[in-house]
Amino acid sequence: MPLLPAAHPPSPSLRRRDALLLPGALALGSPALATGPVRTLTVAAFPAIDQIVRGAIPAWQARHPQIELKVVSRRASDHHVAMTTALSSQSNLPDLFAVEADYVGRFSLGSGLEDLRRAPFGIEALRPRLVPFALAQATNPRGEIVSVPTDIGPGTLLYRTDLLARAKLTEPDLVTTWDGYIEAGRRIKAATGAYLLAHARDIKDILIRAGVTPGDGIYFGRDNSVRVNTPHYARTFELARTVRRAGLDAKVGSWSSDWSEGFRRGGIATQMMGAWLAGHLNNWLAPGTRGQWRAAQLPEGAYAAYGGTFYAIPRASNPATKALAWELATMLTTDRTLQLAAFRQHDAFPAAVETYTDPFFEQPIPFLGGQPARTVWREAAQRITAPTMHKQDRFAEEVINTELDKVLLRGKDIPSALGDAERLLKQRAKR
Amino acid sequence: MDLDGTAATPMRTPTPLRSGHAAQPTADAPGAANAASAASAASAASAASAALPARGRRLRVSARSAPYVLLLPFITLFLVFGLFPLLFSLVLAFQSWEPTSGLGAMHYVGLANFAFALTDEWFWKSMFNTLWLAVAGGVPQHLVAIPLACFIHAGFQRARNLVLGAYFVPYITSTVAVAIVFTLLYSTDYGLVNAVIGAMAKWPVVGALLPQQAIDWLNDPDTLKPAIAVLVFWRFVGFNIVLYLAGLQAIPKDLYEAATIDGAGPLQQFLHITLPGLRPMILFGVTLSVVGGLQLFEEPFILTPDGRGGSDQAGMTAAVYLYRMAFDFNDFGAASAMSWLLFVAVGAITWAIHRWIGRGLR
Repeated sequence: MPLLPAAHPPSPSLRRRDALLLPGALALGSPALATGPVRTLTVAAFPAIDQIVRGAIPAWQARHPQIELKVVSRRASDHHVAMTTALSSQSNLPDLFAVEADYVGRFSLGSGLEDLRRAPFGIEALRPRLVPFALAQATNPRGEIVSVPTDIGPGTLLYRTDLLARAKLTEPDLVTTWDGYIEAGRRIKAATGAYLLAHARDIKDILIRAGVTPGDGIYFGRDNSVRVNTPHYARTFELARTVRRAGLDAKVGSWSSDWSEGFRRGGIATQMMGAWLAGHLNNWLAPGTRGQWRAAQLPEGAYAAYGGTFYAIPRASNPATKALAWELATMLTTDRTLQLAAFRQHDAFPAAVETYTDPFFEQPIPFLGGQPARTVWREAAQRITAPTMHKQDRFAEEVINTELDKVLLRGKDIPSALGDAERLLKQRAKR
Repeated sequence: MDLDGTAATPMRTPTPLRSGHAAQPTADAPGAANAASAASAASAASAASAALPARGRRLRVSARSAPYVLLLPFITLFLVFGLFPLLFSLVLAFQSWEPTSGLGAMHYVGLANFAFALTDEWFWKSMFNTLWLAVAGGVPQHLVAIPLACFIHAGFQRARNLVLGAYFVPYITSTVAVAIVFTLLYSTDYGLVNAVIGAMAKWPVVGALLPQQAIDWLNDPDTLKPAIAVLVFWRFVGFNIVLYLAGLQAIPKDLYEAATIDGAGPLQQFLHITLPGLRPMILFGVTLSVVGGLQLFEEPFILTPDGRGGSDQAGMTAAVYLYRMAFDFNDFGAASAMSWLLFVAVGAITWAIHRWIGRGLR
């Protein structure tokens, strides 16, 4: 463990005792020490956002040739742990960092991020240029907008058209109603042996999001009430149980090896997820199934978001860089060329609505058999309602998953499952 | 171990580190931390004795302070990565803290976190899971390791180290590699375990005892715990064999010779010489298993999707739960309180085991 960082040789007059204190001072006091003109802007991100930011370097250099853009890249999970640590200790903070949609709630509930409505930021001016639900996702219960959306994940139903054809089914059979979707699953199973979907839980994940009334959360209402013991949840659980009892789900979780193997072997006929999944299927999950997939809206007019990325500015970052960080964030999120480049190269569906008129949306997608599916996703993006976040959303998700597991695996009856979930959430809501 | 390599002190010390004291072998204790502290202690002792006034002048380190200077690297690391987090979690256990708001956002809540932990159903559920896995993963380790160590001790001559190495490999294998391999082995539709069970289920007699459908090892709460226990057993049984082999070598051979002359059979020798002779090692091994078992984290974490602890939290041990409390559910205060409750439980159970096995050992 070197006591002194090599980049900062102490002056000869520095005494040993001071030298020992120096690294600590450097680590803790970077904003205080950086009094000169800003030379670098640090952005922390995860794949593939890091590549998107790097791709924007030429455009940034054209505006600010004297300010270097430094991208710190970590794996997505490591990135969010690192940002939590940096925010809690208020040290080693980047000037701008990417946040995945799942973590936006957690980061926005504290006071570690700048409210972008204030000067010098002014996100209200960007409001008409950003897709409404994503901006709503970035708004915390206090009404502060603490991050700016750059890409979104409109929910879609991807299905295997070849398996449907073998079961003599068409797209409307799948998406008109949930009951029709399950009935189609029975016929697919009978005709091809393939499962309708990967996990019965997937149905629950969509329905609980689709049933949110504006202003409420998925699990908690606006007045901190618990809203899981409702007819809507009961219907959701019943549909999932019907799927399981009919043997229509492969019982595999997303991103497991069985999941991708199921796609490769044609053992899973449909998957509901963010539009970006088509890109993953094409690139690595199941490239061999090219041309056999199609995209549709989710069944029964459900609209939900899966994932998405936001940029946030830490409140404790160097004050001198804040305006620049905001300029960069604005550029990354609203610049038509950059947003479309990220869409083309990394399947990052744009949050900037100005891009939606681009001819790229109408282009056929070879992986989806030439379907111009981006128009489907564009429509979904404009119809999604964002649920309000709650501090205990992650815990609530775990509770609901557990109770659903008990219903599916152990035959627990649905009213008592939802009753137990409600009790557990009530205990947590107060924490 | 070469002491010149380990003496990474910030001061230049021309003291004769190669003196008689320091050249002693520093015990091949497992764990780098033990070896490092043993080495620092040994080098400190030699430096203290060597730094006589006449030669120590150039050092500007008095004989009195030399041990502390030499211990400095260890103490620094211990303070930063050992003591500080410990004290910080003790402070946190009495606070409510929204971590992303910075350190200033902490406020004192007294014993509320402990009260919450003790009334939290999931905390008790995770404690039960922990105990279940500690027993199911820990007890077989010793029941297998002791006879196996005796067998290796008696049965292998030349190939002994090779066999021992084979059993020890899981202990030093990277967790990530283990995770990938075991997830594949346990895979429901494409895994080797189910393939073997499926093939055996077609056999006449054995088949009737085996399930005819593929077992969903990692998603079914009833099979997840055994799956984790098997992994724990596999990882640590080799370590225990090494322990017991070392213990066996310390039992004097003449005891067995005397017993043979007296007409004692192999089983009697095992029960009346080997087992009592191994008792100190059993105490040591069981203590390590208890401490490790109650803090079980890696195995359930890597085997369950996203480290969530599995369906119905069947694999959520106390350590996984308090990790999730902090880093997933964002409740650092309650997580710290739970970690201290877990510490108390580990201490109490270890004490009880010492009373039970260690009776009269001194």
